[in-house]
Amino acid sequence: MTLADQLLQYLITGFSVGIVYGLVGLGITIVFNATGIINFAQGEFVMLGGMAAAALAANGAPLWLAVILAVAATTLVALAMERLTIYQLRGASVITLIIATIGASLVLQGGAKLLWGPDAVTFPPFSGDTPIRIGGGGIAPQRLWVMGLATLSVVAVQLFFRFTLTGKAIRACAINRRAARLSGISADRMVRLSFAVSAALAALGGTVLTPVTLMQYAQGTHYTLTGFLASVLGGLGNGLGAVLGGVTIGMIESFSSGFISSGYSKAIALVVALIVLWWRPQGLLGRRQLQ
Amino acid sequence: MKQARNRLLGLARVGSLLLALALVISVTGCPPKEKPSPTATPTPPVTKAKPAPKGEPIEIGAIFSVTGDIGAPLGDPEKKTVELLVEQVNNNGGVLGRPLSVTVKDDKSDSTEARLAAVDLDENKKVVAIIGPSLTPTTMPVKDYCQQKQLPLVSCAAGKVITSPVASYVFAVPQTNTLAADRIFDYVVSQKINKVALIYLDNDFGKDGRDNINAIAKQRGVTLVASESFGAKDTDMTAQLTRIKAKSPQAVLCWATGPGPAIVTANAKTLGINVPIFQSHGVANLKFIEGARDAANGVMLPAGRLIVYQQIPDTDPQKKVLSDFASAYKAKYGADPNTFAGHASDAFWLVVNAIEKAGSTDRVKVRDAIEATKDFVGTAGIFNYSPTDHNGLTKDAFVWVKIVDGKWKLEQ
Repeated sequence: MTLADQLLQYLITGFSVGIVYGLVGLGITIVFNATGIINFAQGEFVMLGGMAAAALAANGAPLWLAVILAVAATTLVALAMERLTIYQLRGASVITLIIATIGASLVLQGGAKLLWGPDAVTFPPFSGDTPIRIGGGGIAPQRLWVMGLATLSVVAVQLFFRFTLTGKAIRACAINRRAARLSGISADRMVRLSFAVSAALAALGGTVLTPVTLMQYAQGTHYTLTGFLASVLGGLGNGLGAVLGGVTIGMIESFSSGFISSGYSKAIALVVALIVLWWRPQGLLGRRQLQ
Repeated sequence: MKQARNRLLGLARVGSLLLALALVISVTGCPPKEKPSPTATPTPPVTKAKPAPKGEPIEIGAIFSVTGDIGAPLGDPEKKTVELLVEQVNNNGGVLGRPLSVTVKDDKSDSTEARLAAVDLDENKKVVAIIGPSLTPTTMPVKDYCQQKQLPLVSCAAGKVITSPVASYVFAVPQTNTLAADRIFDYVVSQKINKVALIYLDNDFGKDGRDNINAIAKQRGVTLVASESFGAKDTDMTAQLTRIKAKSPQAVLCWATGPGPAIVTANAKTLGINVPIFQSHGVANLKFIEGARDAANGVMLPAGRLIVYQQIPDTDPQKKVLSDFASAYKAKYGADPNTFAGHASDAFWLVVNAIEKAGSTDRVKVRDAIEATKDFVGTAGIFNYSPTDHNGLTKDAFVWVKIVDGKWKLEQ
């Protein structure tokens, strides 16, 4: 395999993993903008999406239906979580709410294990297993689905926030909640909507990625932490930044895995992220805050 | 008035949400349709009616990785096996006429938890012996504890370090990594392969495998052109396999448990690695085939006879033990037992038989009885223990298996 082939291989792996981190980061950003809290159960939505789709596929559902139902089911779970935890604690401090989301993530993990067992699950990829030959290596066609669908969702979400009334309403809540409510926007409904959208994004990422990486009940944590890092790296509060951050981290992981060491790849990504934040604390696309 | 109405609406909303959720969970939570497997229904073993066990129960401990990403596929069936066998024993007169009680503790695939479980079983339950743990990394701290406290331990993990050097109170039932590597290299040499690449899980099991492979490769004159590792939580091994492909090996050897080997196999196929792929006996589990899907076909591994028990000839001395166990397990749990369930069964009978033979629950006497066990027909093989051999198995414990059409096929 020539160096060029290797580079292409790492590029594609890095982007396909990174865009899922980006989806999680985007979800975290949306919820953060609407509520001021970091939802540490976000990665669990990735896991739930993947595992629910696998369970549905194993029960005979056609793939397209399994994916749609899995995303819908995960969105429902997210809404239930919002009602049962965030809404109940709506007067509490940010820290309390964040801890509540951590608690929720543990409940979701435990629930997944009880429901589907401790083993990793998978389902057939959308367009078959035959690898696409690239240079001296190859990529699983499913990775193209991951990159395509994830990029489409990011674009769709950006359009939603920029051009639809509801999207602008959510942004209004983020800018100034009281003023938004005075303008007739139900902040409550916007919070629920932001949970739903972010969960749907995460679940979509999870379902599309599962045929390649398999999914296990404990895998959500990694996505939560990396997604959070992605959103901070991109500039907390900036959705596009979160996606950029996610892709960056994915690329660094992939390239360092290829050229340095697979064992240290995640640590290297973290170190690079920290260096970037030290040099530019507001993140890649964040605006400098006045002290 | 409006407040009450809003509250009612809110309640209705939450209620309908929960209802929808419950519906979704009930659909997705259904266990997957059983793939029909052709099995002849064997006759259950005939047992003479024995008097019901009575008296103070005999306490045995078990530590399994019932949860935790790496351990759960091993620990869950191991727990089920022990529960099945305790029932069987107590329906057949118990042990020494007394009821048998086994306390199963979950170490969550964590070494610290495993050690805490051992302390608890020893101090609170005062067990005669401990079965397990499921993994090599979780066994090591328990091994130290049990040897120190002179508490017999029969591990279900395959690391050579568990029984070498021999610790007088520590035994193991799975075929070790040494035997497995030996068997693989028999095949490698027979195919005139002399350049092999290794990819292993970065934990005690994988590193034990790597060390054994390094030694055996050198002995047999086979060159290890690459040696890559991956973490337990890694979901993509393309980088390591890309580097391996660049070195042009004639075969790839993977040493791991958990979902990793399936991902390695799938990644290898995606990259276009066409040379034979060998796995350790750690993947002798249907989940591996499910995870790797099409890529699993063609993979070869040394495995205990249990996963191909229907293809084992009736003349094999292990056949009866294998089919009895498989039918009992299948009758209770609806699926064939995997290799790890077999290990739990072997460990269980080893301990129970030793207690019967020693005629007492004294830990020293039980230990002596275990060590004196000869010609014990288990699922992993025929065991012969001795003061210098606490694993009791030879290379014959393995058969050579190839995955064909998504199923295990006995090769020789």
